[in-house]
Amino acid sequence: MANENASLLLWLADDALILGQRLSEWCGHAAVLEEDIALSNVALDLIGQARALLSLAGAEENAGRDEDQLAYFRSDREYHNLLLVELPNGDFGDTIARQFLFDQFSMLRYEALASQTENKEIAAIALKAIKEVRYHAAHSAKWIIRLGDGTDESKFRIQRSIDKMWEYTGEFFMDYGVAQAWADQGVLPPLQSFEQPWLESVSAILKEATLDIPEKQWMQKGGRTGHHTEHLSYMLAEMQVLPRTYPDAKW
Amino acid sequence: MVTNVIERIKKRMHSVMDPELPFLTVMELGMIRGISMEENTAVIELTPTYTGCPATDAITEDIQNAAEEIHADVSVRLVMSPAWTTDWINEETRSKMAEHGVAPPEGKSADKAFLLGDERIVPCPRCKTKRTKLVSPFGSTACKAHFTCLECLEPFDHFKCI
Repeated sequence: MANENASLLLWLADDALILGQRLSEWCGHAAVLEEDIALSNVALDLIGQARALLSLAGAEENAGRDEDQLAYFRSDREYHNLLLVELPNGDFGDTIARQFLFDQFSMLRYEALASQTENKEIAAIALKAIKEVRYHAAHSAKWIIRLGDGTDESKFRIQRSIDKMWEYTGEFFMDYGVAQAWADQGVLPPLQSFEQPWLESVSAILKEATLDIPEKQWMQKGGRTGHHTEHLSYMLAEMQVLPRTYPDAKW
Repeated sequence: MVTNVIERIKKRMHSVMDPELPFLTVMELGMIRGISMEENTAVIELTPTYTGCPATDAITEDIQNAAEEIHADVSVRLVMSPAWTTDWINEETRSKMAEHGVAPPEGKSADKAFLLGDERIVPCPRCKTKRTKLVSPFGSTACKAHFTCLECLEPFDHFKCI
């Protein structure tokens, strides 16, 4: 039972950590200062959530691993994040499209985790995280509307980004064996049950942005079982190089 | 004796400043959730304002050092629940924020106006006008948003309501 909780925490933590690390690449590079700060702030929130989740995952698995060991000493095959969050930043449209699609899902997932009473520690982190994620979601949705209902060029590009990212959203709702165990325990409902509410909120925002909702299509999968795109390996190499070279280095 | 130590630590906490808002103490920001004795250890419960606030580590260290001036055995514990909220900042502290040029959180938590897509009306902490504009919902730190005043033209930080 403890290990099932640990794997749920790793799914959540890895989504947050990998997206946070990706977003941090924008620091010092965004087109305008305000957005540079915004993306860095979102990255910081996500990494903060990942830290809390990884610490708890380490405690639940009870194998003596702390947050740093889980972040820095696992290989790509041991990461369980969604493929979507490891994709390269691309242009600003790609980053915002990825953020928007993920935020809308993350909000639903944290709301469910915050309202359950089976695991109080997970609920406590979710209650904290939900406040931050709602803020992120409001921000990314505003950009979708601004770009979609903007100029011909911004509309063309944000639509292209949404279309490009869409095939990675199916993985949000794929239930693997372990997800069934969370549902049985009453910690998290089957992921499939989030698909309809997610599609509704995403569609409403895309509609307001005068954008097209992509058609039902074949969906990518693999992140949850450790089968990642090559992009994750490069990112981990950069993220992990220091602690792997000097394992006991102190700041 | 035990109450005495707790009281003295509590008093000391009233002079531990937040590194990002150096005119406010950790007590005024509502970050200290409890001080108690467990055996011979003074346990201070600290709640972070944001999970990713980079100042949390520095604050933890400052609290640890300050409390150690009073009692040798101190443990600072991070508590997540209940989640920190700007509701824990009282009126007096809010006025102090405004005096230092940071627009305080307005009213009760859950920034519903922003979440629903409406712009919040945040008065300028300098000239008090309500003619201000949100520049970016994300400011110099995780807890602040960036505004500008349309009357006196000064940019200012607004402490987000969460």
